[in-house]
Amino acid sequence: MAGRFTSPTALVDALAATEAGYRAVAGGTDLVVGSRQGKWSLPEDIVALDRIAELRGIEETAGGLRIGATTNHADLARHPAIRERWTAVADAASIVGSPATRHVGTLGGNLANASPAAETSGPLLCFEAQVEVRSTTGSRRIALDDLFEGPGRTTLRSDELIVAVEVPELANAGSCYVRLEFRRQMEIAVVGATAVVSLDGGLVSGARIAITALAPTIRRVAAAESALLGTDGGPSAASEAGRLAAEAALPISDVRSSLEYRRAMAAVVVRRAVTGAIARARGETIAIPASASLFGAR
Amino acid sequence: MTLQVNKTSYPLEIEAGRTLLSVLRGELGLTGSKEGCDDSECGACMVLVDGQPVNSCSYLALQADGREVTTIEGLASGTKLHPLQQAFLDHGGVQCGFCTPGMLISATGLLATNSDPTDDEIRAALSGNLCRCTGYVGIVAAVRSAAGEQATAD
Repeated sequence: MAGRFTSPTALVDALAATEAGYRAVAGGTDLVVGSRQGKWSLPEDIVALDRIAELRGIEETAGGLRIGATTNHADLARHPAIRERWTAVADAASIVGSPATRHVGTLGGNLANASPAAETSGPLLCFEAQVEVRSTTGSRRIALDDLFEGPGRTTLRSDELIVAVEVPELANAGSCYVRLEFRRQMEIAVVGATAVVSLDGGLVSGARIAITALAPTIRRVAAAESALLGTDGGPSAASEAGRLAAEAALPISDVRSSLEYRRAMAAVVVRRAVTGAIARARGETIAIPASASLFGAR
Repeated sequence: MTLQVNKTSYPLEIEAGRTLLSVLRGELGLTGSKEGCDDSECGACMVLVDGQPVNSCSYLALQADGREVTTIEGLASGTKLHPLQQAFLDHGGVQCGFCTPGMLISATGLLATNSDPTDDEIRAALSGNLCRCTGYVGIVAAVRSAAGEQATAD
């Protein structure tokens, strides 16, 4: 029998479908593309999430942001509050794929795909985002750190759907996401780095640093974060954070880069991300996306 | 499902996993949208869905049910070319022609939301479309010129 397809407008109907074994598709930019590339077969039964209005949209809440799971990357990249207060998220969302990818691909889909190179995950990890997950039997919140299990693997059960991402606000922080890229668009991070810093009297009073495409999951590097605390965040402090992050990296060799090159570049992108975040925390303007700004003109 | 393409409705019965591109080409005979890479790298399959550019090779046809799809066949009015199509010819933005439908669709999507784009905005809008023969100079010039014409016409 041919596969079944349902495209509900209510979340409860989508949850009933996932319980019955349907696989969810939002934009299809990973699920369908992966099947075209032969990574996997398309699931037999598919539930499309794109007509569920309650899953889409960005809302400012008392503590921060609530982003519906099917909000696309283009909407994240142009949202004024995200650009101003969660700038690294805008850096990342604005360089995902091409205009078509950014308009079709969703944040929830990107997280569920759990790529070690996903652009927005490093920034969200640094802002200590949580995902709200639902099934027919209930809901739970998962810290992003606990969502990623390995490349392409999450701790979600097959009947669960990500419905929203909650991103706390961090007052007076500057943030920056930088990736090493071989071309400006239609690119996947060769390596990437996020820094979120707070300053107090010109010295770093809070530091969060995450590395992308440098380990089986995107992760924070505690050693680099602590090294930055109490410093002025200047060139030598940023370089030291970069050196420690490179030491903590567990890169692989693949079609885009060798392990050795990734490790060497980890130090560079972390240094640049820290430098960008410090500058923004001081109120200096670094245009979004920071990757283009910090790597110089095209 | 009902597929609405270039303002014409097509009632269809198709399997769950079919992509929009395969239905456009295989069921409707609209072969202007091209299958290049078939994994959303090259943009030759670009169509507009509700006015926004979409790689139709990785978009499930059933997700387009009830939405407005525009393909390259929908740009010209009768025998009169769309201003962008004419500009591509005038500025040497076409050589082999394989990428052209996708380029034109992405450019149409851009000009619908931004009537006076900078060269950087044009390049960004076309960044999901690969051309392997003419290079991009003529293509960018064509889009810039069509934008100018559109502004004059308005």
